[in-house]
Amino acid sequence: MLDVLIVDDSAAIRKILQRVLRQADVPIGTVFEAGDGIEALATLRKEKIGLVLSDINMPNMDGLEFLTKVKAEEIWKDLPIIMVSTEGSQNKVLEAVERGAAGYVRKPFTADQIKEKLAGLI
Amino acid sequence: MAEVETKTALTQAELSGFITTSTTEVVSMMMGVEIVPSESFVQTVATAPASGIVSLVGLAGDWVGTGSVSCSASLACRLSSLMLMAEYPAVNEEVLDAIAELTNMIIGNVKTAVEERLGPMGLSVPTVIFGRNFQTRSSGSHEWIVVPFQCEGELLHVQLCLMPSRETGQTTRPGFPMPHVLSV
Repeated sequence: MLDVLIVDDSAAIRKILQRVLRQADVPIGTVFEAGDGIEALATLRKEKIGLVLSDINMPNMDGLEFLTKVKAEEIWKDLPIIMVSTEGSQNKVLEAVERGAAGYVRKPFTADQIKEKLAGLI
Repeated sequence: MAEVETKTALTQAELSGFITTSTTEVVSMMMGVEIVPSESFVQTVATAPASGIVSLVGLAGDWVGTGSVSCSASLACRLSSLMLMAEYPAVNEEVLDAIAELTNMIIGNVKTAVEERLGPMGLSVPTVIFGRNFQTRSSGSHEWIVVPFQCEGELLHVQLCLMPSRETGQTTRPGFPMPHVLSV
């Protein structure tokens, strides 16, 4: 079973992503939520997370800074992080990939798009 | 020899096109319902309902401005129900959050389209206002591009106001060509 962390300042998006994860053909365990990168890092330090879905534009610590901090730690170097964001420019996608994102989904998204990204990773 | 440089910023038709594309994509993908645009128009003050919900998001870069989504409370509840697959008979925290995210996605995708011509821009966290008998105002007098949409039997307005940031020293507004630059 895979424990998942959803990082987004929108409770609505966290709810939608949780629903999509439960419908996907992957064995999802506990789903944790965080409203920004700082909360997300605190959760990662406490829980054994197997997958992260993260927004980019968030207060306090944005998704790219969170991604960089996670990938700087040896224990999390293989942790798959999928960015889910309205930022759709090619530059932003490339930046996320260069910082270590395992995938990128642009908002708005369909459930199938999320499932497709998960299938490629898990 | 004199050099002449011209650069055309975005026209009203282009901006309303970006708004229409973004809104129809977001609503159809996240809510699964049809939303039909009406003819866009330009106003010097933002259109706001006398009561209902207005959600605002700021844009900042070489160009600055505001985007907004406004609708009645009943439409907000309906759209939230479709988005979150839950029933919302009245506006509550979850409805406000859903509308904030709707605004984030619509204006965020407009921003991505606009950035290709106007340069990178940051997007603020949305602010949502809910109530009765209110008006919205921006400082100064600026042009708002307004696109009304028919959705679930009600009206939803998506509006955008963009202008050059004063810090860059640009003097044109969307839809007008840059002044010719002469250098000797």
